[in-house]
Amino acid sequence: MADTKPPIVQIRNLSKSYRRGSQIIPVLEDISFDIPDGEFLALMGPSGSGKSTLLNLLAGIDTADTGSILIGGEQITTMSEADLARWRSLHVGFIFQFYNLIPVLTAFENVELPLLLTRLSRKERQAHVETALRVVGLADRMEHYPAQLSGGQQQRVAIARALVTDPTILVADEPTGDLDRYSAEEILDLIDRLNHEAGKTVIMVTHDPRAAEKAHVIRHLEKGILSDASR
Amino acid sequence: MHLVKLLWRNAFRHRLRTTLTVIGITIAILAFGMLRTVISAWYAGVDASSASRLVTRNAISLVFPLPISYKDRIRQIDGVKTVSYGSWFGGLYIDEKNFFPNFAVEIENYLKLYPEFVLAPEQLNAVVHDRKACVVGRKLAERFGWKIGDTIVLKGTIYPGDWEFVLRGIYRGKDQTTDETQMFFNWDYLNETMRKLVARRADQVGFYMIGVTNPSHAAEVAADIDKTFRNSLAETLTETEKAFQLGFISMTEAIVIAIQLVSFVVIIIIMAVVANTMAMTARERIGEYAVFKTLGFRGYHIAGLVFGESLIISMTGCAIGVALTYPVAKIFGTTLSNYFPIFNVAPTTILMDVAAALLVGTVAAIFPTWRAVTIRIADGLRRIG
Ligand SMILES: Nc1ncnc2c1ncn2[C@@H]1O[C@H](COP(=O)(O)OP(=O)(O)OP(=O)(O)O)[C@@H](O)[C@H]1O
Ligand SMILES: [Mg+2]
Repeated sequence: MADTKPPIVQIRNLSKSYRRGSQIIPVLEDISFDIPDGEFLALMGPSGSGKSTLLNLLAGIDTADTGSILIGGEQITTMSEADLARWRSLHVGFIFQFYNLIPVLTAFENVELPLLLTRLSRKERQAHVETALRVVGLADRMEHYPAQLSGGQQQRVAIARALVTDPTILVADEPTGDLDRYSAEEILDLIDRLNHEAGKTVIMVTHDPRAAEKAHVIRHLEKGILSDASR
Repeated sequence: MHLVKLLWRNAFRHRLRTTLTVIGITIAILAFGMLRTVISAWYAGVDASSASRLVTRNAISLVFPLPISYKDRIRQIDGVKTVSYGSWFGGLYIDEKNFFPNFAVEIENYLKLYPEFVLAPEQLNAVVHDRKACVVGRKLAERFGWKIGDTIVLKGTIYPGDWEFVLRGIYRGKDQTTDETQMFFNWDYLNETMRKLVARRADQVGFYMIGVTNPSHAAEVAADIDKTFRNSLAETLTETEKAFQLGFISMTEAIVIAIQLVSFVVIIIIMAVVANTMAMTARERIGEYAVFKTLGFRGYHIAGLVFGESLIISMTGCAIGVALTYPVAKIFGTTLSNYFPIFNVAPTTILMDVAAALLVGTVAAIFPTWRAVTIRIADGLRRIG
């Protein structure tokens, strides 16, 4: 573990509430914690406790009410929407519960999608996409459409899409929530490998204790308060 | 891959929905095109008419004649170059449904006034030298299979009896907008016959057709003509041929305006239909658009996707509609040739088709784009699953 390096993520006094009509619903209350580079963090907690909300803030797809998030030395809470979009495309790889592949695009094209925002040539893009699909073990399924793939395979395509830009952090919101136990195991092994072989920092929200076991650190979120790291 | 590829795949994702929408647009474009063409067919007589030709008629009403003796006095008026004259004959060929316009005119000068009616010199010569000769337009000859030398019998309506003519000439239109469905015969033949039958109806003409030396002085010449015959037994009303033709049309102006309105209503309806399709589509894709945004795509990318898809659908419908407009107009034109001698699809109609389709595609995409662009990513992602 690279304990000597500065933390890749620094969260300070983060709060977020939702407004429902005149009612204000606090979701996250004054949360502060660090995530060291190369960490595999599991976020657990009851439904509605704000896990997804926290993950979305970390990934720069939602904005906090107060507090700061420093990732790889960049303050993302003060970025403009345009800067944030660019930052996400460079630094964050997303893995969703429902894979969120584009159904009219092949596995290859889905993985290529984030690269369309880069300056890479067609050839370079092709090389990157093929590498990413090889890493997730789907080199032979490049021309398949999502509907022609199993859930586990679709999630692996989604992981390839998250990887292909070589992001700073990987965020996963219940990546195994929609999979059978065998496929879930495969996906977790894959994420685990990306963490300790490629050194990717992984932040994963999960309900599943078996999934959380793969992580180095488990934090529990309850009633807007984050517990200390545990394992 | 390029995002344009995605546009096409998105557009035909719901094959049935897109096909139905495209068919709707095709029909709307076709209907729009036909209605516009009917309107221009209505005005074809006006468009083909010239501002340098004057028509002199009885000031009281078109149904009252003028004496033939006016001819020489008109010819003496300054600025008058050519004078011809004639009467609406209104004869029927066998049956009423075979209607076509037929006139008794002084042919030689009449054709000088209408250079757009092209007649071979030897045919003109034959017509002038045969009292019972007639000239018909190419389309009219084709319609009844008439050939030079054929005898044609018209049943008189305004002038009693059966009238026999020999076809001596077939004129061609100088261009597409020339009416090729008319028939002319020698006014002298009509006049001589009337002298024998109803003497009081002889030596009278329905109108004088006048060519002026300088079209920019047409108004003054017209005024001079009318002044010449003021306080005489038959006062005249002289106007440009264009004004004369417009006078006919103004009777039916209300119908033309109604057709015009309907043609725009068709576009508004199809706009609502396409907007509905796009709204449904965009609502289903909100989650996908949120994924795009998550990956770093921007509002303008999303807008491009929605507008592109909407325009692909509307322009596909437009292309098919335009392609069908020509054959359909041909069928229309043949069926309605009795009413509309000229039934051509004008280039401006096609331009208006394209403009309407662009408008439809654009307007239909505005609201869905606004929704897709403004929705917060987290909310959009929540829609999935
Ligand atoms: N857009 C929103 N408007 C109002 N309330 C919201 C909104 N998004 C989330 N919430 C509320 O915020 C709270 C936290 O939601 P969040 O999705 O982060 O929970 P979670 O821990 O991910 O739950 P789950 O395990 O079910 O996914 C919930 O009470 C939820 O109802
Ligand atoms: Mg959640």
